[in-house]
Amino acid sequence: MTETVKGAEIPLEVHDLTVAYHRRPVLYGIDLAIPAGNLVGIVGPNGAGKSTLIKAIMGVVPVSGGWIKIFGQPFRKNLTRVGYVPQRESVDWDFPVNVMDVVLMGRYGRLGLCRRPGREDKEIARACLEKVHMLPYADRQIANLSGGQQQRVFLARALAQESDLYLMDEPFAGVDAATETAIIALLQELKERGKTILVVHHDLPTARSYFDMLLLINMRLVAFGPTEQVFTQELLQSTYGGRLTILSDVAQQVGA
Amino acid sequence: MNTRRHLALAFALLLLAGTAEAAQISDLVQTNTWEQARRFFTLSDQSVRNALLGSLLLGISCGLLGSFVVVRKIALVGDALSHAVLPGVALGFLWNMSKDPVAIFIGATAAGLLGTAVVGWITRTTRLKEDAALGLVLATFFAVGICMLTMIQRLPTGNKSGIEKFLFGQAAALDSGDIQLMTITTVVTLILVMLFYKELLITSFDPEFARSVGLPIRILQELLMLLLAFAVVIALQAVGVVLVSAMLITPAAAAYLLTDRMHRMLILAAVFGMLSGALGSFLSFLGNNLPTGPFMVLGASTVFATAFFFAPRHGVIPRWWRLRSRVRRISRENTLKFIYHVLEGRGFDGEGVSLEELAERSRCTVDEARLLVQHLADHRLATLDRDRGGLLLMPEGWRVASSVVRNHRLWELYLTNMAAYSPDHVHEDAEKIEHVLGEQTIRDLERRLKFPDRDPHGKPIPNVREITSRDAAPTPGPQSGYRGRN
Repeated sequence: MTETVKGAEIPLEVHDLTVAYHRRPVLYGIDLAIPAGNLVGIVGPNGAGKSTLIKAIMGVVPVSGGWIKIFGQPFRKNLTRVGYVPQRESVDWDFPVNVMDVVLMGRYGRLGLCRRPGREDKEIARACLEKVHMLPYADRQIANLSGGQQQRVFLARALAQESDLYLMDEPFAGVDAATETAIIALLQELKERGKTILVVHHDLPTARSYFDMLLLINMRLVAFGPTEQVFTQELLQSTYGGRLTILSDVAQQVGA
Repeated sequence: MNTRRHLALAFALLLLAGTAEAAQISDLVQTNTWEQARRFFTLSDQSVRNALLGSLLLGISCGLLGSFVVVRKIALVGDALSHAVLPGVALGFLWNMSKDPVAIFIGATAAGLLGTAVVGWITRTTRLKEDAALGLVLATFFAVGICMLTMIQRLPTGNKSGIEKFLFGQAAALDSGDIQLMTITTVVTLILVMLFYKELLITSFDPEFARSVGLPIRILQELLMLLLAFAVVIALQAVGVVLVSAMLITPAAAAYLLTDRMHRMLILAAVFGMLSGALGSFLSFLGNNLPTGPFMVLGASTVFATAFFFAPRHGVIPRWWRLRSRVRRISRENTLKFIYHVLEGRGFDGEGVSLEELAERSRCTVDEARLLVQHLADHRLATLDRDRGGLLLMPEGWRVASSVVRNHRLWELYLTNMAAYSPDHVHEDAEKIEHVLGEQTIRDLERRLKFPDRDPHGKPIPNVREITSRDAAPTPGPQSGYRGRN
C-alpha cells in the first residue's frame, strides 16, 4: 500500500527548467526526477547555479521556462511538504530574536496567516532543537552563537517544518568538524525515515562519502545518478568545465 | 549632504515665516515659564490636550514602524518617504483651500507611496542602486513640495494658517479633527502589527525563507510601506517633514540597544516614542513660538544617548565597566600569584610576605606594591599585619592564589604534552589563559593529563581542593595548613 503511494509520488520532478538573471541564463534545460528516500548532493563549480536550482524549486527566484512538481503538484500547492535551509549568510544574525524564535519560524508555513505558534508548536520546536543538540541554547540571542551553532539552528528550523522533501543550501559551509558530523548523522536519520534530501555541497572529496546520489551541474545538468556511477573522472571533468582541461593542456605544452 | 539640505530648508523657512501668521496658543497669552508649565500639566487648555495626545499617538506609530525600519536596515527609505510626502501635503491643501486633515492625509500618503514606487522603478529599470535612487527621489519630491508650499503662501485666497507648520512641526497646531485621524490611524497600525506580527517578523528576518513557506511577502512588504507612510503622515504636522524620519529611527534604535527580542523592542520603541513626543510638545509649549519637531527629536536623542551609554549589555559604560573589573581581577590574581611564588620560594616557611619581597617579585616599587596590597585587602583576600611579618593571605586569597598557579602550570603542561609546544614557549600563553580557565575545563585538563603533580619545568602543581578543604578545618590560618607543602 505505502509502496504504491511512494511509487506514484516522485518527491521532485523538474522539466526543462530555465532560470535567468537579467536575461542572462544561469540554468538551462534541467530535467530531473529525484526518487524518494535519497540523500542527494548537488555538486558543481562556483557560479554553476547550484543555489539557483534550489531557489527556483522553492519559488524564491522566478523561473523563465519549464516546470517543477513537488509530489506531483506545483510547489504552491504542496508548500508544507518542503523544508528549506537557506545559506547561513543570507540573514542578519544581529536580528533581535532568540534561538527558539527562529526555530518556531519553521512552523509558520503550517500555521497560516495571523495565527500565533501555540504550545504544540513550541513542543515540536524544542524536540527539533534537542535533535541538533541545541536545546540548552534555546534562550540565547542568535548573535551569540558560533557558525556551526547557527547552522544547527537553521537545521532545527527546517526539521520543525516536518516536511518530506528538504532542500539545503551549503549546510556544511564554514562549520566545525563536530557540527559537520552531527549534520550528516541527522541527514542519514531523515533518510532512514523515508525523507528525500537535496544538499548543495562544495567539497568534492566528502561528497563521495556523504551522498547516495549526486547531481552534477554546471549551468546545465551534467549527470545525475548513484554516486558510484557518477563520481568518475570523466564526468567530474566535464562538470568542472573546459577551464580544467585547457589548464592541463597548457601545462602539458609547457612541460613538453 | 544632509547639512546642506537643512541649510537650504532653513532659508526657505525664513521666507515662509515672513508671511506666516501663526495661530499659536502661546501667542495669545504671554506668560512666564512657570505659568506655561502649570497650564501644560493641568491640561486645562484644549490645545494643550490635543498637542499632548497627538504627540503620544505619533510616538506609538513611529516607534512600532520604526522598529521594523531599523531591523530591516531601511532607515534611508524612511527618510525618503518622509520627504516625498510634502507635495502631497500641498495638493491636499489645494483640494479645498484649507487645512483639511483627511485631504492632506490622503494626498501625503499617496505622494509618499509614489515616491517609494519611483525608487523601486528606478532600481529595477536602470543600473542605479537603491541609495542613489533614494537620494534622487527624496530631493526631487522635497523640492517640488517646497515650491508648491511657497506658491500657496502667495495665493490671495484661502485659509493658509498652519500649512507652514508642516516643515518643522507644531504640535499646538493640531485640532480635534487631526487628533481623530491620528487616533484611527494609530489604532489601525496597532491592530495590523499585532495581527501580522509573525509575518512581519519572518519577512524582516529571512525573506527567502518566508517566501519558501508560502507567505505573501510582496503584499506584506506593501503593507509595511503603507503603515510606514501612515506613521510619517500623522506625525508630519507635529514633527515636521524635515525631522519626522528621526522619530522613526531614534526611539527604535534606542530600543534595539536595550533588548534582544523583537516584541520587547516594539514595546520599548513605542514607549520611547511617546516619551519623546510628550517631552517635545512640553518644551515647545514652554518656550513660546518654538517648533515642536526639533524638541521631540532632541528628546528621542536623549533617550538614545542614555541607552547608548547605559544599556546593560550593549551600552558603552557597562561594557567599559565589565572590561575594567576584568582587568582589576586579573591584577589581583597576579598579585596573589606573586605572593604564592614568594612563599613557594622559601618552602612555605615563615609567615608573611614583606612589601619589599612582593615589590621585587612583581617588578614594581614598594609604594606600588602597597597599593596592590590595599586592593587585595579591599577584597578580603589578604591583610597586612606588621606584627606577623607582613602580608598574610586570607582563606579566599589562598584559594585564588593556588588556583591561578595551578591553572598556569596545568596549561603549560597541556601545551607541552598535548599540543607539542616546547617548554620555553608556553609561559606567555599560560599568563593569559590562567585567568580565564573555568572549573569544567580544569577538570577536563586534569583528567586528560592524568592528574599530574608537576609542570613541564618541574614545579609542583598545587592541589586546590586539598588546600581549600584544609581551610575548612576548625583552626584555619596560614601557619596551620600551608607550611611544608613541598
